[in-house]
Amino acid sequence: MVRVSLFVTCVVDQVFPNVGIAMADVLGRAGCEVEFREAQTCCGQPAFNSGYRDEARTVAEHFLKTFEGAENIVVASGSCCSMISHHFAELLPGDHRVHDLEPRVWEFSQFLTNVLKVEDVGATFEGLVTYHDSCHALRELKIKDGPRKLLQNVRGLRLVEMEPAEECCGFGGTFSVKFPEISGGMARTKIEAIERTGAATVVSVDSSCLMQLQGALSRSGSKIGTMHLAEVLASK
Amino acid sequence: MKTPDVTATLGDGKLQLAIYSATARLADRRREVVSLEAMPDYQQLRQHAHDIKKHTLDHLDYYLEQLERNIEARGGKVIWAKDGAEACAFIQKLARERGVKVIVKSKSMTTEEIHLNEHLEAGGIEAVETDLGEYILQLSGEKPFHIIAPALHKTIGDVSNIFERHLHSQPETSPEALTKIARIALREKFLEAGMGITGANFLVADSGAIVLVENEGNARLSSTAPKIHVAVSGIEKIIPRAQDLAVFLKLLARSATGQPLSVYTSFLAAVPGEFYLVLLDNGRTRLLADESKRQSLYCIRCGACLNNCPVYRKIGGYNYPWVYSGPIGKILTPQFMGIEHDPWLPFASSLCGACGEVCPVKIEIPRILLELRSNKVSSSPDNVELWSFKVWAWVMKHPKIYAKLASAALAAAPTDKDSFFAVGPLKNWLSQRDLPVPPAKSFRELWKKRSK
Repeated sequence: MVRVSLFVTCVVDQVFPNVGIAMADVLGRAGCEVEFREAQTCCGQPAFNSGYRDEARTVAEHFLKTFEGAENIVVASGSCCSMISHHFAELLPGDHRVHDLEPRVWEFSQFLTNVLKVEDVGATFEGLVTYHDSCHALRELKIKDGPRKLLQNVRGLRLVEMEPAEECCGFGGTFSVKFPEISGGMARTKIEAIERTGAATVVSVDSSCLMQLQGALSRSGSKIGTMHLAEVLASK
Repeated sequence: MKTPDVTATLGDGKLQLAIYSATARLADRRREVVSLEAMPDYQQLRQHAHDIKKHTLDHLDYYLEQLERNIEARGGKVIWAKDGAEACAFIQKLARERGVKVIVKSKSMTTEEIHLNEHLEAGGIEAVETDLGEYILQLSGEKPFHIIAPALHKTIGDVSNIFERHLHSQPETSPEALTKIARIALREKFLEAGMGITGANFLVADSGAIVLVENEGNARLSSTAPKIHVAVSGIEKIIPRAQDLAVFLKLLARSATGQPLSVYTSFLAAVPGEFYLVLLDNGRTRLLADESKRQSLYCIRCGACLNNCPVYRKIGGYNYPWVYSGPIGKILTPQFMGIEHDPWLPFASSLCGACGEVCPVKIEIPRILLELRSNKVSSSPDNVELWSFKVWAWVMKHPKIYAKLASAALAAAPTDKDSFFAVGPLKNWLSQRDLPVPPAKSFRELWKKRSK
């Protein structure tokens, strides 16, 4: 049996807990033994991206301690996953724990398609859906086809591409509150692309992008909903 | 941290459309010509270009001296300018000595960087921009809005108005007719000019040649019609060998405009009249000394990072503090001017990574932005933010406290944008979008119940 340790991220833990539950359900159904280490908090990215490397290092150290010995760490966010697998090394250069950790950290969809080799999880979800490529999943983890394949194999679901698909939603962590007008403008441009597809739901592998899109959709009075990939794949 | 007021740009619908459609056109064309089908070796070429630039800048002294020897062997002269003032002073003195009253100029960001036109005008010399976009902006008294498409923000109507006002022409509605008006006015200047000034896209060390890449033919005219040609170039534009152009010319026009090659590519080695190459430092050797950010100097000024940047596409060129705008400007400006000049600049990015992905010489712009943020925080931290992150990091090390505090904070946060308690970052968030409704239970609480 494949053993999985969930890293749900602080955003999912506190704001979108159902995403974590959905992820555990999907992994459980795929035959994994799922654990959740309660000592987990954050990956440190907010501090790292804001230039506070010492503070980010403190949190990264805590992550390393928490997940010591975990066989596979599956992360509910492309961005947090990339923080761990790509940027921990910049914070802790030469640290063998980081080196050992890198090949064991997986973004959720990546773990399904690359490790478990699953593209059909047996889910059912009725409706027209569009997929938002979150930037760090796309550009740092090279995740592009995996989530789309998983979605295409969901019964009742029709996937439609937005144009352009690869443009940022404007979240960017503290960027969203340091430059609110620019960030909000980017979200509205993204929403126009989503609306042109006619989809009822926009899906992503990152809850923070979805928080930005959901917030902007709701502000504009749109009926379009947002869902994390795990929630769609857990639907029966 | 003070950030610039971008509301005027964001609120100007006509300007937004002009920026968005022009950058989309350039970005779409680029994407098409570098696609796997169109150019299977594109990624190898990028790496090759990066490696050549790295090698050259790691051995810059060697190649610059080789270039100087080869240019002087062909009868040209190399002038080493420590900064903009030295470069401008040399050109001004030369023009005065040769009795030059009118100078024709082709598009050059380097001369924008050192405010050459203003210096020449102050010395009573007329310097005329001959690139169509630059000419339009010179008439209207504006600065380039974009590295390669300086008048990208101008509509046909805007250009017609500018020509009517300054050239007393009739209103026109087609780009062809407007170009003709500029062409007639500029021909006079080409004939009149005693000196031509150009930039340089590449300096070829082994052949003592300079390479000019353009679409209008005005750079070729500027460099050959007048008796004196002065090229102004940053020292980083050098490449070792003529054969390296096979790599860079394949990448430059494709990345810039989606053309396989620009309409005119001039290789200037033989010198018919007087030729001077002004090699400009102006802070470049300081960047060179910083090994982890040195690659900022690899830039070949294609503008692809601007066209693909969602922030540039919102705020355009004029909200950036210096001549270089967009992602490349965000990393060059703090390094040239010092981080305290515009401390907000490296933070004005969602770190989406689109710039790094399209850069033809693989400059890791997002990584450098992160490093500059860290430099800013180390040199002059904002105390409130610093202590917030210190407390935050401590909380994140203590899971039980984190769990209690996070849930309490979420439950207490106002979701109404007009709430009295919506302050600071929360207010900024709510100014643009709603907050999600906080869940009744966190994941860790749900998980505990589930495992029972």
